[in-house]
Amino acid sequence: MNTLVYIDNFKGEALPASWEAVGVGKTLGEVTGLIFGSGLEALAKTAFEYGVDEILLADDVSLADYRAEVYATTLKQVCADQGCDVLLFPSTSRGRELAAMAAIDLNTGVLVDAVALEANGDKLTVTRPIYSGKVLEKVTCSLKPQIITLRGRAFPKPAPQPGKTGPVKKVAAGSGALTTVDGYTTSEGGVSLTDANIIVSGGRGMAENPTLQPPADLDAKQAEIWRAQQGFAMLKEMADVLGGAVGASRAAVDAGYVPYAMQVGQTGKLVSPNVYIACGISGAIQHLAGMRSSKMIVAINKDAEAPIFKLARYGVVGDLHQIIPALTVAFKKGLGK
Amino acid sequence: MKLVACVKTTPDTTAAVKVENGKATWGDAPLVINPWDEYAVEAALKLKEANGGNVTVISVGGEEARIALKHALAMGADDAVLISDPALVGVDPQAVAHILTAAIQKLGGVDVAFFGRQAIDDDSGTTPAQAARLLGWPALTLVSVIKVDGRSLRVERAIEEGRQIVTAKLPAVVSLVKDSGEPRYPSFMGIRKASKAEIPTWSLSQIGIPVPAAVIEHVTLINAPVREVVCELITGGNPQEIAEHLAEKILGEKQL
Ligand SMILES: Cc1cc2nc3c(=O)[nH]c(=O)nc-3n(C[C@H](O)[C@H](O)[C@H](O)COP(=O)(O)OP(=O)(O)OC[C@H]3O[C@@H](n4cnc5c(N)ncnc54)[C@H](O)[C@@H]3O)c2cc1C
Ligand SMILES: Nc1ncnc2c1ncn2[C@@H]1O[C@H](COP(=O)(O)O)[C@@H](O)[C@H]1O
Repeated sequence: MNTLVYIDNFKGEALPASWEAVGVGKTLGEVTGLIFGSGLEALAKTAFEYGVDEILLADDVSLADYRAEVYATTLKQVCADQGCDVLLFPSTSRGRELAAMAAIDLNTGVLVDAVALEANGDKLTVTRPIYSGKVLEKVTCSLKPQIITLRGRAFPKPAPQPGKTGPVKKVAAGSGALTTVDGYTTSEGGVSLTDANIIVSGGRGMAENPTLQPPADLDAKQAEIWRAQQGFAMLKEMADVLGGAVGASRAAVDAGYVPYAMQVGQTGKLVSPNVYIACGISGAIQHLAGMRSSKMIVAINKDAEAPIFKLARYGVVGDLHQIIPALTVAFKKGLGK
Repeated sequence: MKLVACVKTTPDTTAAVKVENGKATWGDAPLVINPWDEYAVEAALKLKEANGGNVTVISVGGEEARIALKHALAMGADDAVLISDPALVGVDPQAVAHILTAAIQKLGGVDVAFFGRQAIDDDSGTTPAQAARLLGWPALTLVSVIKVDGRSLRVERAIEEGRQIVTAKLPAVVSLVKDSGEPRYPSFMGIRKASKAEIPTWSLSQIGIPVPAAVIEHVTLINAPVREVVCELITGGNPQEIAEHLAEKILGEKQL
C-alpha cells in the first residue's frame, strides 16, 4: 500500500497529532510524509526520526502561510504524480479541511476523526465517535484513495529514533490562491489545550470566593469577573507546576472570566489529556462531550451531587478556593519542585 | 447582499443518544436547529443588517429539517428552502455538500454562504470546505470575526495557534465558531411569522443534480463504552491534609 501522511505544521513546527498519524501509517507499511510550507529542512529531519521513510517536500514562499486552496491543489498534484492508496491526516483544523477538499479533488470520500483503525487486506475500517461521543460508528470507504483523519491523542506517538534519515523529494507548490493572509494574533501562549497531557479547568465556581476583596471602584459584575480571574490565576499556577494547560467551562467563558479559546466542550475544544482536573464545574452533558475521553478525571466541587463526580476517579467535596492553593503546594512537594 | 445560511436539524445536545436495533435513537428528546448553525444564521442576519440584502436558509433532509428552517425564520431569516427527495435516505455529508452546492448555484448571485462549524449528529465538520471546493469559492472556515469592505471580506479564523487573519473576494463560504456572536432568540413576532411560513420544497431534479452516490459505507453503530469509574472521595482533615492526600493519589497513578 502506498501510504501518504500529511504532516501538519505551523511555521515549521509540527503539531504532535502529525506524529501520531505517522505512527498509524507505519502499522500499514512504509510511510511517505507530506510536508508543505516554507523553510522546512529542520522539520523534514524530525519527520524521519518519527518514522517517516520518505518525504515529499513542497517548500515554497507561496506556501509560507496555510491557505486551503493552494495547499489542496498541491496535494492533488502530489497524489496524481505519486499515486496514493491511503492518505492520512491528523484531525487538526488544517488537516480536517484539507482532507475534506482532497476527497472532492480525488473523487473519493473522507472518514474523519478516527479513534481506531482496522486493516482488512487493503480495506480500512474506521471507528469514529458521533453524537459527541455518545455513539461510535464503524465506517469504510470503497473508493481510493482512502482518506482518513485521526483524532489527536487517540493513537500513540511513536518514539523518535535520533539520527534516522531518508530521501527528500522536492515537489512543486500548487496554484489557485483565493485568499491572502494578513497576519496572526496568537493566543495567550503556554501549552495548547488539545495537545495537553494535563488540563486544569475552571467553571462558574471560580468566582465564588467571598473572602477576596475586589477594588472598591468595581460594580457587582466587574467584581465577579475580578474574583474569577484571581481564581483562574490560581489554576494557571497549578497548571504550570504540572506542565499543563488551563481550560474552562462555557459558563466561565460566557460570564467573561476567560476567552472562548479556553472553552472545553461540545461547542468548545475537544480534549483528551491523561489527567483532567475539573474545578467548580458541575459536569453538564455538553461539557462532558469535550473531555469525557480524558484518561483520568479529578473533580473538586462543593456540591456532592454534581454530575462530574460520576466520571471522576478522585473527588473532593469542598471549597476549591481552599483546596487548589494547598494542592499546588502538595504537587510542588510531590514533584520535587 | 444575497446571503445564504445552511442549517440542519439535530437532536438536542442533552439527548441521551443510544443504539437500538442498529440505529441511533434518542427517545422523545426534542429536535433542534444544530447549535453551530444558529451562529451561521446570526452572522448572516448581522451582515444583512449592516449591508442590506436578504437571508435565505436552506436545509437538506426530511420533514424534520423544517424545525431548523423555522427556527432560522423566527430569528429573522427572510426565506427558507427545504431540499427533500425520497432518494435521500441515509446520505452522507459529502452528498449533502454536493446538494447544497447545487442549491446555492440554483439560487444564483449568492455573495456569502454561511455554515456552522459542524453538525452535532455526524460530527463531521467537512461540509463547508467541501461545498467551497465544489463552488470554487474561498473556504473561510472556523471564523470568529467578519468584516465586509465592498466586495472583499476580512475574517479572523480560530486555529490551534490563535487567530489567522484572512482576506478574500466575494462570493465566499464562511463557517462560524462560537465567539462570532451569540445567536439572538427568536422574537414573538418572528415565531408567529415562522409558524405561518410556507416553505418551498425542491427535489433533486429541480436543482438539477442526480442522486449523489454515497461514498461512505456504514458498517455498524455501537454504544460508547460506559466508563466504569468509582469515584474515590478524599475526605477527612483540613484542606492541606486533603490536598496532600489527593496529590499523592494523583501522582500515584503515574499519569503526570
Ligand atoms: C448548545 C449548547 C452547547 C454547550 N456547549 C458547552 C461547552 O462546549 N462547554 C461547556 O462547558 N458547556 C457547554 N454548554 C453549557 C452547559 O450546559 C453548562 O451550562 C455549563 O457547562 C455549566 O458550566 P459550569 O459547570 O461552570 O457551571 P455550573 O453548572 O453553574 O456549575 C458550577 C459548579 O461550581 C460549583 N462550585 C461553586 N462554588 C464552588 C466552590 N467555592 N468550590 C467548589 N465548587 C464550587 C457548584 O457546586 C457547581 O457544581 C452548552 C450548552 C448548550 C445548550
Ligand atoms: N443536511 C444539511 N442541510 C443543510 N446544511 C447542512 C446539512 N448538513 C450539514 N450542513 C451544514 O454544514 C455544516 C457542517 O456539517 P457537517 O460537515 O455535517 O458536520 C453544518 O453546521 C451546516 O451548516
